[in-house]
Amino acid sequence: MEHYTRRVLSVIVLNEDGVLSRISGLFAGRGYNIDSLTVAPIPKTNLSRLTIVTSGSAPVLEQIVKQLHKLIPTYKVIESGQFVEKEMALVKIPLAEDFNGLDAMLKAYNGTIASSGEDFIVVMVADDYDRIDNFLKAVKKYNPTDIVRSGSVAMDI
Amino acid sequence: MELSGSQMVIEALRKENVSVVFGYPGGAIMNVYDEVYKQNYFKHILTRHEQAALHAADGYARASGEVGVAFVTSGPGFTNAVTGLATAYMDSIPMVVISGQVPISMIGTDAFQEIDAVGISRPCVKHNYLVKDVKDLPRILKEAFYIARSGRPGPVHVDIPKDVTAQMGHFAYPSEIKMQTYKPTYKGNPRQIKKAIEAIQAAKRPVLYIGGGAINSNASAEVREFAKLCGIPAVETLMARGVMGDENPLLLGMLGMHGCYSANMAMSEADLMIAFGPRFDDRVTGKLSEFAKHAKIIHVDIDPSSIGKIVPIDYPIVGDLKNVVEAMIPLAKEQIDESKYKPWRDLLKRYDEIHPLKYEDSNEILKPQWAIERVGQLLGDKAIICTDVGQHQMWAAQFYPFSYPRQWLSSGGLGTMGYGLPAAIGAKVAVPSKTVINFTGDGSILMNIQELMTAVENNVAVVNIILNNQFLGMVRQWQTFFYNKRYSSTDLSVQPDFVKLIESFGGRGFRVTTKDEFDKALKEAVESNTVCMIDVQVDRFENVLPMVPAGGTLYNMMLEYKE
Repeated sequence: MEHYTRRVLSVIVLNEDGVLSRISGLFAGRGYNIDSLTVAPIPKTNLSRLTIVTSGSAPVLEQIVKQLHKLIPTYKVIESGQFVEKEMALVKIPLAEDFNGLDAMLKAYNGTIASSGEDFIVVMVADDYDRIDNFLKAVKKYNPTDIVRSGSVAMDI
Repeated sequence: MELSGSQMVIEALRKENVSVVFGYPGGAIMNVYDEVYKQNYFKHILTRHEQAALHAADGYARASGEVGVAFVTSGPGFTNAVTGLATAYMDSIPMVVISGQVPISMIGTDAFQEIDAVGISRPCVKHNYLVKDVKDLPRILKEAFYIARSGRPGPVHVDIPKDVTAQMGHFAYPSEIKMQTYKPTYKGNPRQIKKAIEAIQAAKRPVLYIGGGAINSNASAEVREFAKLCGIPAVETLMARGVMGDENPLLLGMLGMHGCYSANMAMSEADLMIAFGPRFDDRVTGKLSEFAKHAKIIHVDIDPSSIGKIVPIDYPIVGDLKNVVEAMIPLAKEQIDESKYKPWRDLLKRYDEIHPLKYEDSNEILKPQWAIERVGQLLGDKAIICTDVGQHQMWAAQFYPFSYPRQWLSSGGLGTMGYGLPAAIGAKVAVPSKTVINFTGDGSILMNIQELMTAVENNVAVVNIILNNQFLGMVRQWQTFFYNKRYSSTDLSVQPDFVKLIESFGGRGFRVTTKDEFDKALKEAVESNTVCMIDVQVDRFENVLPMVPAGGTLYNMMLEYKE
């Protein structure tokens, strides 16, 4: 079994029709993994930035980068190890739960209460992806009814 | 200049010096066809199926080196064309294919003859466009031609909704291309080139492994000069037949699954492989862990993703092959001593003498290999050779004496049966001075048989030679070797009378069972200047040999088949 590594790629593409389908189609067609994918326009340009978290063996990762480059609307593929990478998660918790300790936990994970309703609160945390993993494990004791993760966003430094 | 979208298409083709378009009209592309009717810049050839329109444009592109152009309508017109796109994409053939689409307001409503054409074509084209505004059309068409022919060539698909073909807009065809994101690398890195030359200098058993990139890059003359200068033996892939010229003493022959013994042994025993524009296809490499395992590898390719995709490369050089080899030649002149490789050349020559390409001829029954050799003797460099897919294709690659690039047109990557006849039509239109032969099988020819009508109507005098073994021969061969002779769905002995068939289309037919008949038929066919079909009744159970079974190793070829 070849060794699989996790890789964050920041891909700058022309912000035009169908560009996302070219990228997702490339991954699907060649059997590459997408662990997460986020996309948003880059302000004041005709470009968009995709942050793709993928995994594979070293030759596969090399092919992924080359195949991304090969797409006509691809401007740049940044694969440096020097990323600030953050992810966000939203967690809905019923009000019936005992919130003892939640406050401290939110503080520890850059969290806050994002919304609340008659019988629930929604907390939001933004942190490194592995710390989000940890938070989501820890928050289980409050019996969350819904969890949404954003996927990573990354900036090369 | 104010023009409709349809007029823009015509004007763009004029600016691109397109001289012929292959196509088939239909509802969504009628506005464009109305303008085709009014113009006289280019000839339009109506095929009888959209797939054939694309193969004809593909054949035109391969024979001429120009971009092939095809028009099809929306829905089924487009889906019929997909095989043609995929065929061209796999073999890196430059084409621009324009399809009609339902009007923008109807896209997404499951309208009559609507299909998500760009969604379907995406994985089998180099790039595609859905034109949503007529003002983008001149730029898109300019980019389409540029993308198709530049870098690693390939087909580009432009899908134009019917209302866009009617809209009026300002037409100014861009004189140059400014693409922010697409900039192919043509010039090889001089440091890498220097290192490659040093590696050649250090090698004792180098081999040139030449692929289709040498054709696309028009690098044949440079590759021949480099090989001669260095005295390095060469092998060609199926796609590269004609690059070295078969009379060249350095050429061992084709390598791979049905490659010759010396070529495959050269790859297996080499200590340095100099790969000029191949892509390490599985039909070439066989079992990867055993493929050229003693060799360091230099790989020159214009497509960076091709380098290191299948095997790790020691000396990667991204660039246009012609350009790179031109840069290598002066260095080679200074640093490489061709006499050094003489023992290696002699060894390979001995391999070739021990196991040359061969077949057992017969006076009782025609052998398909004989027919190909015979056409080679009689026509040689006067003919362009097209093929369909299967046994006849491999025999043609093995036994026809190719002498120049673009003499050989065959669907290598996708292996598309039905390619031969329409591609031959495209080739004959591109190079009318040559005889165009389509070697085909009794299976393949029926996959685009309707194109006899196109050929007859336009007086495109292609000569189809059916090596008729009343089998789907290649599959039958595998069934013989690997499936204990269970001939599942490969017996084609129920078949049309091919002579009557072509006569009904208005061409000439010949049925041939002896060598004399063959010579006579070929002579008449070539001289008749009409569309011809020679039905050659050949030995039903002839096998393509040598053979490296799928996943086998190149140095362990099946040289003959014993019951």
